[in-house]
Amino acid sequence: MVKVKIGLGGVTEPLVSKNMKTGDWGTEYPVVDEEKCTACKNCEIYCPDGCIKVVEKEGKKVAVPDYDYCKGCWVCFTVCPADAIKMEVKELYKVEVC
Amino acid sequence: MRKVVRGFYAIAHAVKLCKPNVICAYPITPQTEIVENLAAMHAEGELENCEYITAESEFGAASILVGASAAGARTFTATSSQGLILMSEVLYNAAGMRLPIVMVVANRALSAPLSIWNDHQDSMAMRDAGIIQVYVENNQEAHDLVPVAFRVAEDKRVMLPFMLCMDGFKLTHAYEPIELLEQEIIDAFLPPYDPPVKMTTKKPLTFGAYAPPPYYMEFRAIMHDAMERARKVIEEAMKEWSSITGRDYGGHTFTDYDEAEVAVVAMGSIVSMARDVAEEMRKEGKKVGVLKIRTFRPFPADEVRKALENVDKVIVLERALSLGSDGPLTLEVKSALYGTSKEIHTVVVGLGGRDVPRDLMVKIISEVYEGKVKPGFRFEGIHEYEEVIP
Amino acid sequence: MSEYFAPGHGACPGCGLTIAVRNTLEALEGKVFVSNSTGCLEIISSMYNRSAWGVPYIHSLFENAGAVAAGIEAALKALGRKDEGHVVVFAGDGATADIGIGTLSGMFDRNHDVLYICLDNEAYQNTGNQQSGLTPPGANTTTTPAGKIMPGKLGRKKDMVSIAVAHGIPYVASASVAFPMDIRRKVKRAVEFEGAKYIQIHCPCVTGWGIQGKDAVPLARLAVETALYPIVEFENGELVKVRKIKDRKPVEEYLKPQRRFRHLFRHPEGKKILEMIQKIADENAKRYNLDI
Ligand SMILES: Cc1ncc(C[n+]2csc(CCOP(=O)(O)OP(=O)(O)O)c2C)c(N)n1
Ligand code: SF4
Ligand code: SF4
Ligand code: SF4
Ligand SMILES: [Mg+2]
Repeated sequence: MVKVKIGLGGVTEPLVSKNMKTGDWGTEYPVVDEEKCTACKNCEIYCPDGCIKVVEKEGKKVAVPDYDYCKGCWVCFTVCPADAIKMEVKELYKVEVC
Repeated sequence: MRKVVRGFYAIAHAVKLCKPNVICAYPITPQTEIVENLAAMHAEGELENCEYITAESEFGAASILVGASAAGARTFTATSSQGLILMSEVLYNAAGMRLPIVMVVANRALSAPLSIWNDHQDSMAMRDAGIIQVYVENNQEAHDLVPVAFRVAEDKRVMLPFMLCMDGFKLTHAYEPIELLEQEIIDAFLPPYDPPVKMTTKKPLTFGAYAPPPYYMEFRAIMHDAMERARKVIEEAMKEWSSITGRDYGGHTFTDYDEAEVAVVAMGSIVSMARDVAEEMRKEGKKVGVLKIRTFRPFPADEVRKALENVDKVIVLERALSLGSDGPLTLEVKSALYGTSKEIHTVVVGLGGRDVPRDLMVKIISEVYEGKVKPGFRFEGIHEYEEVIP
Repeated sequence: MSEYFAPGHGACPGCGLTIAVRNTLEALEGKVFVSNSTGCLEIISSMYNRSAWGVPYIHSLFENAGAVAAGIEAALKALGRKDEGHVVVFAGDGATADIGIGTLSGMFDRNHDVLYICLDNEAYQNTGNQQSGLTPPGANTTTTPAGKIMPGKLGRKKDMVSIAVAHGIPYVASASVAFPMDIRRKVKRAVEFEGAKYIQIHCPCVTGWGIQGKDAVPLARLAVETALYPIVEFENGELVKVRKIKDRKPVEEYLKPQRRFRHLFRHPEGKKILEMIQKIADENAKRYNLDI
């Protein structure tokens, strides 16, 4: 039998939601066009899941989504002023209709 | 220092000496004067490192203490009756969150009809919340138990709210000579509150998480364990405190006579009169004793069973109802006596402040002693009545 | 950004609540104590062993987050720990305007040093889109369903901003997740005031409103641009700032894409309700002088 750890009065550790990988929720995912991205951080500010961040990449600052958590909600797509985000359908959901 | 004071002052004074950090309450008769006294002490600057908050309701008062206690404060409130049941959702929550809030309940009847007078229906309604409940017989006992309440509630083996129940008006407003506690002995007995966990930005924990089915049951089981552990902690604390103060009230229960054939089981201020009557009857050669229940939660079933081992007849004086069932104290006593064959009388008295005169107590006990009444449930000190449609 | 609110939480994709929360925590650099009422935010973020919170957080009940925050503040004061952080409430519109308005009013009245943020998604979303006092008129909710004779919610949206101002607290504002930098500015401004502060943030709920993630921010913006959600700011009872609207849009533009208002465009009472909603927008624009 597993021993269940019960924090006194329901007190629980911080930031452990990270153990839940929500990246498989969505059917679509954002792809950043690094050429177009101006690193304005709009996507980072708006993302409800805090999973797209502007980082330094090969000397250039660009937005990078974290597909472990991204739910494919389109919010970043709608707020990007540079038209740098494209939403793509995951392979899994590309079903052929015959 | 011996002084003639009223019950509410005896409580307020003891609370002050326990150095609470947040006091929050809402006035309701007959608790009002307890918080008025604390407010006055606060206004005079007698409460150091203490916030006194007048809430917008008892619901708010209890909620404020949930936040304060979670943030690491020693907390106190007092209430009665409607105020207590208005708090009930918060109190269940505080118990589940294992917050050692200490409260005094000035026991009063519940509406409807509205009654400001004394019985135990209010605290009985909170029986299953996961709150320790101790009932006192007089104001010295009430005064003395305030530091015990804080110590037990805040003990790391317990961490549960503590409800000190005292009869409204009968005790809260009675003048009695009280040996008032001194700051030094309380300081030696009651360490400052050292919460095992608290809300702080230094260690940002999540309080009040919700538990899905794989966890909920364990949370409740652990509360049950804590309540069980509280038995020992209460006893320890009471014993140590008695040796310091020199005043011993017994442990979870107190028996005045070991050879009783008929025993009266009761809680609160009514115990004094029952004991007085029993003593007198013993002088007449009648083997009558009184079992005072002090701790109602956790219920001292073993002690009760042992105390009543050689008794033939038990009279449970009920100050509350569980409408549609036996009296709430009787249910506990019967369960403690399970498997024995004693005559059990449930006698409901003194609801909504109805007087229980000495004559009535004599009648109740004598009739049982002489075998004039059948066991079972009955009201005493009640008029004949009939329901009419106005 | 450092981590005050982690991913992996259970909000629906495109939920507005977490945009508001993340930007508030960012603005205060995580120096906060959070008191949260029962509701969507609590459920998606505070499951045992799955907490998303990186700041001290407490959930007690549906209707007492304001009082719990007051208690935290009192404790910090009594224990000399006030400089540890700001006490912030996140509460739903139902928790704020309905069931918890008593404890909220008490907290305002005593003027605790607490920033109360109402996350206004315009219904009890956690329990499946039942109407609240902040549900706008005409909305189809599960307790104000549009049917043959009923056109959705009949009453108006309770004016919580004015109720907060009427308490005489030092800072009151409305905001929208359409403008997160404005949220951040207001949060920072709010905590400069000692005492109770109230910010009501319009947060689209994709599930309850019947919209998609890609509509969430644009619709929140339209609520502002139609004057249905006036963005205002009061300091010490004085209106100090409003978000002006250029070429105010007709309310239909905001209402039409949302499933909760769809019936208004075919219900026999619909036209009347639409006119009433437009009137409310016109009144808002006039009252706060929103048009430019
Ligand atoms: C006393 C009480 N009544 C009802 C509920 C059920 N309940 C839980 S959350 C909720 C609605 C929350 O609505 P709101 O405050 O607007 O937050 P939202 O979920 O929409 O963000 C209700 C009705 C409860 N938990 N407690
Ligand atoms: S699609 Fe949604 S969740 Fe994914 S990065 Fe964009 S905003 Fe974040
Ligand atoms: S919003 Fe667009 S331009 Fe701005 S950082 Fe994100 S991807 Fe780059
Ligand atoms: S139901 Fe609405 S408010 Fe709740 S998590 Fe989903 S989108 Fe957010
Ligand atoms: Mg809501």
